[in-house]
Amino acid sequence: MSGPVHRDGDGDGKGPGGGGDGLPRVPQQRGQGGQGRQDDRHPVDGAAGRGRGGELPPVSPPASDAPSASAAAAPAEDVSASEPSAPPAESEAPLSPEAHEVPVSSEALEAYDPPRAPDFDHLTLKSLLGAWALAACSGDEALAVELHLTDCAACADEALRLRDAVRLLHQEESLDLDPLLRARVLEGCLGRRPARIPMPEWAGPYGAEAARLDALLRDLGDGYWRAPVALRWFDGAPVTRQFTVGQVLTHLAAVDGLLIRALGLAAPGDEDDGRPPERHGAAQLAAVARDRFGHSPRPEGELPLEPWERTEAHWAAQRHLPGATLRSLWREQTMTLVRTVSFAGPGASALPVDYGDFALPLRDAFLDRAFECWIHAGDIADAVDYPYDPPPPRALGAMVDLAARMLPGALAERRRAGLAHSPTRLVSAGRPGRCLRLEIEGDGGGNWYLPLDSPGATASPDSMVAHVAMDSVEFCHLAAGHVEPERAAAGQLGDRTAIREVLYAAASLSRL
Amino acid sequence: MQQRLARGEEAALAELYDRYASLVHSLAHRVMDDDEAADLITREVFGYIWENPDAYDPQNGPMRSWIAALTQRHAVYQLRQYENRGRSTPAEVEARVREANTAARADFIVTSMPTPLRAALELAYRERLDYREAAAGLGVSEDEARRRLRLGLQLLSTAMEPGGRPDASLDQHARRGLR
Repeated sequence: MSGPVHRDGDGDGKGPGGGGDGLPRVPQQRGQGGQGRQDDRHPVDGAAGRGRGGELPPVSPPASDAPSASAAAAPAEDVSASEPSAPPAESEAPLSPEAHEVPVSSEALEAYDPPRAPDFDHLTLKSLLGAWALAACSGDEALAVELHLTDCAACADEALRLRDAVRLLHQEESLDLDPLLRARVLEGCLGRRPARIPMPEWAGPYGAEAARLDALLRDLGDGYWRAPVALRWFDGAPVTRQFTVGQVLTHLAAVDGLLIRALGLAAPGDEDDGRPPERHGAAQLAAVARDRFGHSPRPEGELPLEPWERTEAHWAAQRHLPGATLRSLWREQTMTLVRTVSFAGPGASALPVDYGDFALPLRDAFLDRAFECWIHAGDIADAVDYPYDPPPPRALGAMVDLAARMLPGALAERRRAGLAHSPTRLVSAGRPGRCLRLEIEGDGGGNWYLPLDSPGATASPDSMVAHVAMDSVEFCHLAAGHVEPERAAAGQLGDRTAIREVLYAAASLSRL
Repeated sequence: MQQRLARGEEAALAELYDRYASLVHSLAHRVMDDDEAADLITREVFGYIWENPDAYDPQNGPMRSWIAALTQRHAVYQLRQYENRGRSTPAEVEARVREANTAARADFIVTSMPTPLRAALELAYRERLDYREAAAGLGVSEDEARRRLRLGLQLLSTAMEPGGRPDASLDQHARRGLR
């Protein structure tokens, strides 16, 4: 089940377009109804109008901020807007400056596309048939074509044919495959023929989440790179900031780069030869991957490690890159990571990944990146009104476990920073101290006993002073900083202060 | 990719799935008109490729087309199984097979048509631009955009003519492909 933050709408389960696949599209032309094309194939249409109004610079610059202005604009405006400095009449060379008083030629009239009296010749109408069948011409043009079809059998014939052909275009791809199918198919394959070079289990969720985000981006297409996405995190208080889809993706790639770095896949600038010998497994593959990443546009060696600073450095370096390039850089990097650790051998799982202020072993860093990938994919999906499911149970469970394991450290950090309010007793490592039972319900759930006094203290049910119960997805959203600790829908029992500390510590796990 | 599959790289299998699963599933779904059956065919197709990494011959065209054709064969084979089990009448099955073959031809036409035509169709259909916007996006005149849309659809409409790829050979391949 989903928590309050996770959207549980009609879209759940069914992918966008899942139900509309079989419906033939009847051309509904622009200007009819004023909202561009609105059919039930894509639930994002509302957002599409908004996103696109601002996304397509070349079309109608003056109206670019108005929702669906470009789609609703009258044809005459379209023409003048796209060629502001060259009105069509100018192409008629002999025209004098008083041209506006001279009756214009029929070609010029056509170019002007008068809104009321479409007066196209047969050839023009014929040339419009494809655009008409695709619902890609103006309402007036469509009207003219349709009038023409009533008295031109040849064109009517072709029009029907082309419209039937449009129905064949439909079947692009399923937009939203069940994420569980992936696991089932891959398992089925491996049952038929075991992998000689298996993927470490801890890398699986990262690969799957990256694939899911990539599929979302493919669905969105190139019109969305500058669509606004609200990122939320918790920094003592809830923070919300607007970024673009492209920036969010760059952010993911920037921090994923820390893993690339830990595997010794650093781009030029790093001393590759001084690599410690225990990295040999990864290092061999590193050479392969380096060939692909060696030409990376960023000076990897000079980038800061701290995720936020690193992200800003990436934004600065890559702000001119088109979204499609950002996507393929990110995607390539995710695939390189998964592939590299598959070859690296079991030792790689413990390689430390330096995040600047802290470090995680590689296996946890992979989970952390899978988590971030899901959360930010969800942010993007929210922004464009797409449904986006939580990860499959097993992956969700691994993410919950990582967050739960990181909680004692986060508690200690808050104490050091003077943010904790509960009275602490000093407990030395390995000794029993007070603990809180974190009970996570739903997919991927379980019980965790968290030491409250010191990360190193042992925790057992006997020393439990509080009990918190929460849904797994809700807990992840809390750890992502999407839910305020005070508002987290948690069942609580016992020491209220201890519970508050733990909820705040969970929220403090959220980085940008 | 093929070498990596042959080498038994699980990561390559995952990449294969991520790249082609939606293609396979939607083609299967189009033939079977049923989620579960499409899931099953998806498992079969990827299982077959993974077990027989050498079955694909790059000389015969892009991997995507090969996978599409393979899926089509599996799906049509499966559909005929339904017929044999009496779940559908022969006429229903034949109609579905015909439809599926038309759709497969259409896919083939779309993937093999000249890039400028495909790009124009993509913008107009998938990105939902009108032809003026598409012209701007492609950096061509509006006349040219109209021409490309019309020509692209004309090419596509040939898929509706019978006589593309014979069904019989599809079935034959399917029987060989399935265990």
